[in-house]
Amino acid sequence: MRYAMAVDTKKCVGCSDCVVACQTENGVPIGYCRDWVVEVTDGTYPQLEIEIRSERCNHCDNSPCVRCCPTGASHYSDGGIVLVTHNKCIGCGACITSCPYDARYPHPEGYVDKCTFCIHRVKKGLEPACVAACPTKCMYFGDLDDPKSPVSEILKVRKHKTLIPEAGTDPQLYFLI
Amino acid sequence: MNLSKTNRRDFIKISGLGIGGLAVSASNYAIYKSMIASPPQGAELSVDTDRTPTYCEICFWKCAGWVYKNQEGKIWKIVGNAEDQHSNGRFCPRGTGGPGMYYDEDRLRTPLIRTEERGKQAFREASWDEAFDYIAEKMKAIAEQHGPECMALLTHGSGGHYWGTLLQAFGSDNIAAPSYAQCRGPREVAYYMTFGEGVGSPERTDIRDTKCLVLIGSHLGENMHNGQVQEMSDAIDKGATIITVDPRYSIAASKSKYWLPIKPATDLALLLAWIHVLIYEEWYDKDYVEKYTFGFDQLKAHVKNMTPEWAYGITTLAPDLIRKSVKEMASAAPSVIVHPGRHVTWYGDDTQRSRAMAILNGLLGSWGRRGGFYVPETMPVPEWPHPPFPTPRRTWRDAYPGKYNLAYETIASGICDATIPDVNRGCNFKGWIVNGTNLIKTIPDSAKTLEAIQNLELLVVIDTMPMAITGWADVVLPECTYLERYDSIRNAPHRKPAIALRMPAAEPMYNTKPGYWMAKQLAIKLGLEDYFSWNSFEEMLDWQLKQVDTSLEEMQRIGVKTYDRSYDDLYFEKDQDMEFYTDTGKIELYSTGLAAEGFDPMPFYTQHEEPPQGFYRLSYGRAPMHTFSRTANNALLKDLMEENAAWINPKVAGEWGIKNGQYIWLENQDGVRSSFPIKARVTERTRWDTVYMVHGFGHTNKKLSRAYGKGASDSELITKVLVDPIMGGTGMRGNFVTFKFEPKEEEAAS
Repeated sequence: MRYAMAVDTKKCVGCSDCVVACQTENGVPIGYCRDWVVEVTDGTYPQLEIEIRSERCNHCDNSPCVRCCPTGASHYSDGGIVLVTHNKCIGCGACITSCPYDARYPHPEGYVDKCTFCIHRVKKGLEPACVAACPTKCMYFGDLDDPKSPVSEILKVRKHKTLIPEAGTDPQLYFLI
Repeated sequence: MNLSKTNRRDFIKISGLGIGGLAVSASNYAIYKSMIASPPQGAELSVDTDRTPTYCEICFWKCAGWVYKNQEGKIWKIVGNAEDQHSNGRFCPRGTGGPGMYYDEDRLRTPLIRTEERGKQAFREASWDEAFDYIAEKMKAIAEQHGPECMALLTHGSGGHYWGTLLQAFGSDNIAAPSYAQCRGPREVAYYMTFGEGVGSPERTDIRDTKCLVLIGSHLGENMHNGQVQEMSDAIDKGATIITVDPRYSIAASKSKYWLPIKPATDLALLLAWIHVLIYEEWYDKDYVEKYTFGFDQLKAHVKNMTPEWAYGITTLAPDLIRKSVKEMASAAPSVIVHPGRHVTWYGDDTQRSRAMAILNGLLGSWGRRGGFYVPETMPVPEWPHPPFPTPRRTWRDAYPGKYNLAYETIASGICDATIPDVNRGCNFKGWIVNGTNLIKTIPDSAKTLEAIQNLELLVVIDTMPMAITGWADVVLPECTYLERYDSIRNAPHRKPAIALRMPAAEPMYNTKPGYWMAKQLAIKLGLEDYFSWNSFEEMLDWQLKQVDTSLEEMQRIGVKTYDRSYDDLYFEKDQDMEFYTDTGKIELYSTGLAAEGFDPMPFYTQHEEPPQGFYRLSYGRAPMHTFSRTANNALLKDLMEENAAWINPKVAGEWGIKNGQYIWLENQDGVRSSFPIKARVTERTRWDTVYMVHGFGHTNKKLSRAYGKGASDSELITKVLVDPIMGGTGMRGNFVTFKFEPKEEEAAS
């Protein structure tokens, strides 16, 4: 089992519903976020193009955050989801520095927090909150080992990329381009 | 598209504060912690545990959804109701952020009565009884001295229904929503004049099944009209073509096959050239035009010289692009939508521009066709019986004899103007009840609105938040949020008739109350209780719901009930005989209604004023995470976007030495400078002749602790209003701004 997510940059409008949906679902403190939206504009008027990406933890197969964690709080869970055990985390922040995607933040209660792919929902057969909320249905989630999962199906037919592949982290967040 | 390496790259984080987030201090954290519920712990809530139905009140789309609570009974999250045609189970960021409105510690907490002159923000707390006595006494005095019709209601949103009942019972028909003359009014009149029916809300656009969606200045995706944005995404999936006409490279433009970067204020020339090409290339739907339309020959003669080459000189759009884009529409017809837009009060000839768009839809045969415009149906829900309303002796129309006869609804700005005393008017307003609309920002030219307010004998404001308008009120009535109240049943038109229930997910916080309760209490004070003869609101809702084959108990469980259509007539059948509700019974390409009122029966292009040297046209729009000016203080949404920015083309910024991210002030052609500085966003996404900003920022009320002074207000800079002679709409895009690097003198001195 290998959980992954794909985000369609052609359908995303950047509304940021994914950010609020994550915040309320997971009780992320106001002022912080586990996911965010980036807009990149290229060109000069009127020859322009925009790419919009809903970004979050890439749940890398080769995660620098897990490797550098001194207490084992950061670990791989079912299906490759990278998680932080809050009561094992000492808040040293090594993982925050090591992450090439800026996906982690120091929670005011003393531990480091980040996207969990909503594992609590996934275990119940639900989609992550961001995926379920997205008005444009631009996000696809599922098990890459299951060829019939929404994420496997879309990656078969659409051109896609990952971010900062040169970091060698083997990220599992794909962007359809 | 191949982009050379010398091109600019503009990278922004739209939302999300990233590492470190806000500088959250311990005290801030305590406040913020109270504003977001912990998710349920341990035993997870099952899907249907402890949820209550609602429909959203953060914008007019009114999506139905479910409010979930955690184990402590705190409101935790809101998600869409899968049965709802408005949301399809998916809320937009504002709806998802609804708890931020409920938890906002800046909310109005108790009734207030003004103690000093208007605008000084000096109030004393009052009991509900005192507040209603005060209002009733003033209303009676106004009725005696001037007549009851000198009271007006200015309203937006669901709670306004019962204030409307109260006002009509009192003897006034002057009920206005700024959503008409400040927003969609010209479009409604144009479609009535063409098809005999309005577009309505939600719009009857069949985007889901369209093959070609044409957006004229409408930035779907940035204006987060949920169902439409969802359907646009579905249409992209199905390979539909999008054509966007916008001086700004909008998000929709970035998803378009054709983006027409038009010179602002010239849209009518493009639309007329498109009509010319459709007719003279014979790309229009001949059968449809012959069977259903009136005035084709007149139209053909009218646009004879309005060629793409003619339009090129006006719009700066290449003739080839004009031809190619309209060919795309014709190829997709009748599954094509020239979208009527929503906020269309731009240049004062807005009814005519909307008419040109309606005419295009007529020529393409898309009205009543799959992928074009469907025929919506609404569930008729009867009103609780009440005595007939008295007939008012005068209405707002008496203030404007012979004008705006084609306005089907009351003009909010007209009420405002007719409040400033003028012996020549047949009607002068003396009292306003303002429900859920921040008129200071909603109606352009804030200074004039304030002048009107200073002439009132009574101003009552009902709101949940201390918006600018509350500072000017005599009495402020604090409403509980939509998450804490029942409300009228939602029965909007859609593909299938449907209703939705809003019920309280929590008890009202503080000393706040629902609008229906306030209206009834005031009615009792005025001796009008017969118009509110229900014992409890639940009793009334249950009676209403039982008339439409359901009950309050069932609706509390399901939230949304969808009915079958009474006829299978979502679209016209090919060759079906149709009679339209126009004078000729046909789709009027030549409008007999407009001609009868002395207006051009077919649209002309008229040139609008150009920005003076060193000035740029002020354009404004929406961001998907905010609604008007009402969400700026919502902690969840403020995190996504806390201020607006002035979008400036890099060439222009270079001339002025303005750097990206620098704070500047905007000053308009009348010397009005923004109260607050605004951040410059130097971006290729806007034209060199235009400065763009998102509406709804620059709040002046310090009681909005998160929104005060953040960004600038476009409303403040819109001092020149271009009034549509046909229906009184207030065109707001004829204002020009320049850049200043210091505040106004009085601001600097204070």
